[in-house]
Amino acid sequence: MVTIRRLMNALSIRNLRKTYANGNEALKGINFNVAVGDFYALLGPNGAGKTTAIGIISSLVNKTAGEVEVFGHSIDRELEAAKQCIGLVPQELNINQWEKVGNIVLTQAGYYGLGGRLARERTEKYLRALRLWDRRDDIARSLSGGMKRRLMIARALVHEPRLLILDEPTAGVDIEIRRSMWAFLRDINAAGTTIILTTHYLEEAESLCRHVAIIDEGEIIEDAPMSRVLRKLQREVFVLSLAEEPDRAPELDGFRTELVDSGELEVELGPAHTLNDLFRVLDARGIEVVSLRNKANRLEELFMRLVESKQP
Amino acid sequence: MNVALNAIAVKTLIRKEMVRVMRIWVQTIVPPAITMTLYFIIFGNLIGRRIGTMDGFDYMQYIAPGLIMMSVITNSYGNVVSSFFGAKFGRHLEEMLVSPMSNSAIIIGHIAGGVLRGLMVGSLVTVIALFFTRLQVQHLLVTISVVLLSSTVFALAGFINAIFAKKFDDISIIPTFVLTPLTYLGGVFYSISLLPEFWQTASKANPILYMVNAFRYGILGTSDISIGHAYVILIGFVALLFSACLYLMNRGIGIRE
Repeated sequence: MVTIRRLMNALSIRNLRKTYANGNEALKGINFNVAVGDFYALLGPNGAGKTTAIGIISSLVNKTAGEVEVFGHSIDRELEAAKQCIGLVPQELNINQWEKVGNIVLTQAGYYGLGGRLARERTEKYLRALRLWDRRDDIARSLSGGMKRRLMIARALVHEPRLLILDEPTAGVDIEIRRSMWAFLRDINAAGTTIILTTHYLEEAESLCRHVAIIDEGEIIEDAPMSRVLRKLQREVFVLSLAEEPDRAPELDGFRTELVDSGELEVELGPAHTLNDLFRVLDARGIEVVSLRNKANRLEELFMRLVESKQP
Repeated sequence: MNVALNAIAVKTLIRKEMVRVMRIWVQTIVPPAITMTLYFIIFGNLIGRRIGTMDGFDYMQYIAPGLIMMSVITNSYGNVVSSFFGAKFGRHLEEMLVSPMSNSAIIIGHIAGGVLRGLMVGSLVTVIALFFTRLQVQHLLVTISVVLLSSTVFALAGFINAIFAKKFDDISIIPTFVLTPLTYLGGVFYSISLLPEFWQTASKANPILYMVNAFRYGILGTSDISIGHAYVILIGFVALLFSACLYLMNRGIGIRE
């Protein structure tokens, strides 16, 4: 039964530990599973152990202890089969800047055993999908930062992996390209590719992912479906722009309020109230609201709360 | 191990290496051709005329096989050390490390790239040599097998150098302080029979002596050492160095954290 459940996971990590030669204990025995077809966010502050975990899964870092299985293939006993299932987009640029764009993807296809026409077809397919086909004969160095990121995604997809791991794929990419990358990632996830995403843009994780794990100081401190994680956030702060700027924050029954420097009113909603309740109270007080926005990204707020609660 | 996958991966890596060599041909092909042309002009043509014959051959003819072998081994070594270290330094080595291609395939692909560059440069130097002297191959199989084994030995040595190298300086230390002196003392320009007995014996500890003399035997039919010994040493070095490369790759030394 255990074996069957593990086979159903795209990734299964058990008691994974990594201690570097300098004594830094980057992973302290983490456990998590990624279900087949999931869009999974692995979040954490800098130095939390995300990239180390990804390095071990993709064979770039030697583990100290623990087990990693990719679609049921152990990286200790069936490394070749496990690697065949993974496509990796690393955090740091790792393309040969002097090589032609088309050759980079074609060569990667060859490393996965795809030769001849199939390799050329796949290269064209993914360079077109990432809007780089017109640049195939240019050297990688001539591409913009966003294009290089897209090239790394095309390269990671050329063997059509079942599990795509993206380590900060949109770092330094402008919002327009980021949004188009999100759309692309949603499409390939819908087509069946399991995706693990690490990102510093928590809005990105909230928008894309169905499951989230938060890692801090080498330990998993949260691992649950995104909806359940967000439900844990029992309060939200809204910023209201009022038609008439008040001298001081009005007292609203059941709500904590604060007037901020910009003349806007911050209102905190607890779990017992809805926005409708708030508007009823405002209406009764004759306060006219021009616009409203959420003060902070919900996941970002929860993330900060979880990480800060670990601080001594 | 998936043989078909690894065969395609090796072929891909060799093609990539050849594209690299041809892309930077001004750095990879031209300099050894110019250097060897100068050797032929200065040592062979100008100084060689005054030296006369060696082992029954005019001096230009005598040094030609050694100069060809010197260009083959230095280029085989140089290609692998610069390509593998460059990939490590630029992090695109990760393209291979995350893929299912085996460590053996990574080694074989790089070594084949080094051997092919060595053979390309060696062929060019042979053509240049023919402008200065006459060469007639006496033992074709010996010539081919010795050049292949010798370039393989040095390509493997270059691979090990690249694994341990942490900065660009580290890939020039071995060629400067080990490879070049051993080559000059390896009988390229002289027969060790000219040396005092002690230095003759000392020279026999230099593996390049066996490569140069075995290759000279293949072309001219003359050698300072036993051809059988040369094959034992060459094959032994290939086996030893390949095993060392595989061990280092499997342990992830110098390439995995």
